[in-house]
Amino acid sequence: MRPYVGRAGGLISALRAVQAEIGYLPSETEGAAATAFNLTRAEVKGVISFYADFVRKPKGETVIRLCAAEACQAQGSRMLEKEVCRRLAIEPGKTSASGDLTLEHVFCLGLCSAGPAAMIDGVLMAKASPEKIVSGFEATKELKK
Amino acid sequence: MSDAEEILVPLDSLAVALGADEIASAFFDADFNVVRTGSRGMHWLEPLVEVEKEGSRIGFGPIDPDDVAPLIDAIKSGDFAAHPKHLGAIEAMDWMKAQRRLIFARCGVIDPLSLADYENAGGLLALKKAAMMTPDALCAEVMQSGLRGRGGAGFPAGIKWKTVAGADADQKYVVCNADEGDSGTFADRMIMEGDPFLLIEGMAIAGLAVGATRGFIYLRSEYPIAERVLSEAIRLAYNEDVLGFDVLGSGKRFDLELFIGAGAYICGEETSLLNSLEGKRGEVRAKPPLPALEGLFGKPTLVHNVLSLCAVPAIIVDGGKAYAAIGVGKSSGTMPFQLSGDVRHSGLYEAPFGLTLRDLVEKIGGGTRSGKNIRAIQIGGPLGAYLPPSKFDTAIDYEAMIAIGAGVGHGGVVVYNEEVDLLEQARYAFEFCAEESCGKCTPCRIGAVRGVEVIDRIKHGEDHAKNMGVLADLCELMIDGSLCAMGGMTPIPVQSALNHFPEDFAFPSKKRTFGAGAEKTP
Ligand SMILES: Cc1cc2nc3c(=O)[nH]c(=O)nc-3n(C[C@H](O)[C@H](O)[C@H](O)COP(=O)(O)O)c2cc1C
Ligand code: SF4
Ligand code: FES
Repeated sequence: MRPYVGRAGGLISALRAVQAEIGYLPSETEGAAATAFNLTRAEVKGVISFYADFVRKPKGETVIRLCAAEACQAQGSRMLEKEVCRRLAIEPGKTSASGDLTLEHVFCLGLCSAGPAAMIDGVLMAKASPEKIVSGFEATKELKK
Repeated sequence: MSDAEEILVPLDSLAVALGADEIASAFFDADFNVVRTGSRGMHWLEPLVEVEKEGSRIGFGPIDPDDVAPLIDAIKSGDFAAHPKHLGAIEAMDWMKAQRRLIFARCGVIDPLSLADYENAGGLLALKKAAMMTPDALCAEVMQSGLRGRGGAGFPAGIKWKTVAGADADQKYVVCNADEGDSGTFADRMIMEGDPFLLIEGMAIAGLAVGATRGFIYLRSEYPIAERVLSEAIRLAYNEDVLGFDVLGSGKRFDLELFIGAGAYICGEETSLLNSLEGKRGEVRAKPPLPALEGLFGKPTLVHNVLSLCAVPAIIVDGGKAYAAIGVGKSSGTMPFQLSGDVRHSGLYEAPFGLTLRDLVEKIGGGTRSGKNIRAIQIGGPLGAYLPPSKFDTAIDYEAMIAIGAGVGHGGVVVYNEEVDLLEQARYAFEFCAEESCGKCTPCRIGAVRGVEVIDRIKHGEDHAKNMGVLADLCELMIDGSLCAMGGMTPIPVQSALNHFPEDFAFPSKKRTFGAGAEKTP
């Protein structure tokens, strides 16, 4: 936390750093951030709950984000999502029972000109298809072994 | 191998998302000198590989990994045209020739992280000139240019510059809004990845003009490649005294920091952005006070979109008057239009204001990629209007768009084919607003949720006539009672869908009850 104190937006940058490190924001983070930034715990909680990037529970080992915004809709993203959910037996916003996968929505990845767009563990994918996503997911899993 | 061969492969997110990194490594492994550039904006041809030959850039695309070996053969034999993906000289392509690239002049041409390349291509001329001008003179050029904010609201930049310049304070700020949350827009991302020094130069000039010694770029977290390029560019700019306590030897200071957001569309709204930059919840602030007078940490702050700031160097080099001569009426200069959705030639096309929607979608865009008919476009992001082909002869300028109930926004145009169900699009507009509302005012927070419910009732034919009335009232309530444009403009996509495509709101609807469109919205 310390390097971020006193900097513009320091709390948000600090929370980003913690989440980048451990994948989520455990409740201890709230207390630590409150002390470091001289805020109440409620204020820190308020910030965490406001931003979609911050989560308080670990996500699946691999995170697939599917763009749900308009330009991707115009390129078949609604169908893509249905098919991906079917093939991977998952629902949007959910983590699989085995904990190997979280599927999320994202609103625009700036790849609108070659949609539908997706991101697997931070890796961008344009012109996404069910095949590309499933094989991207398998490959990512394989890499982690 | 002859020494002429320098291979240019984009590092742009879109190209990378289509495999550009693999293509770059393949050339690297074959001992080519690989330079990573921005994208030219011809996204249907990405990954687009360029080879320098006799002073001209020859393009090949879209390049799959399988295309690389034959391409290497073609390059070695000198018979470029033998390759099936040969496009000829990039600058001679119709799409490139017809543009007027003021902002994107260097994007895709130079190595974005070479300050020397930037200078050789005309970069830093404006900042050098600005360092010798008075703040008044700088503000006057921007005023005269007629530049309007490219972030969506289209407010005259000159007025904002004068307000901040005229404010008396011990600290002022320049904040670049790089939150680019609108679906269908990617111009900010492309220029930050392809020519980051342009943004840095524009911000430094703005700092000199308004008397701000500190600047921030608020970048959305969905743009990791832009983050990497910008942080490196800022570091290089400090090394060469483009930033820091003595900007280009002027004796004036300008410090610049990159800040990464945390996933909130509303943080693109300037006061929400400022709260976020203060480390708080991104709730919208009531205006007044204007950020120009009481902005970041309560200090006078010039907030501008990436493209507005990137337009500044050309205005300073050529003069505000020359800039004002481009475009039409009160819409001066160029706009980097962004074409996406079901369109053949998708990508970025910079042109003076005044071309028609038809030019953009049919001539430049080449119609749909799928071969189906165009049914609608949405212009100006999630808060923008849906328009039918009967409106396509409208010129794209701020006033002409307002006259048909639409807006230029950030220059994004999304093309929908005949399968689109405008009821679903209207529903989505509410859904998006419900998800992204900052929660501060009731008409937006609750109204959006109600909007989804009402549309579902209309869809299923429950009390159809009554609910159509409820929907109309709800839109009025949101327009009148919302604090910011998130709630205030969500009714625009909804009402435009209702006005131009009433058949999709009828019950039973042809689209959903019969035919292939049933539950199959693209
Ligand atoms: C809901 C909402 C979202 C916005 N998102 C953005 C954005 O992502 N980028 C941007 O530059 N402006 C955005 N704006 C507009 C900003 O509030 C502001 O007008 C702009 O940053 C000013 O810069 P400009 O004068 O250069 O356009 C948004 C406005 C609203 C109401
Ligand atoms: S209109 Fe919506 S986003 Fe804007 S201030 Fe009100 S609740 Fe927040
Ligand atoms: S709308 Fe999907 S990437 Fe922009």
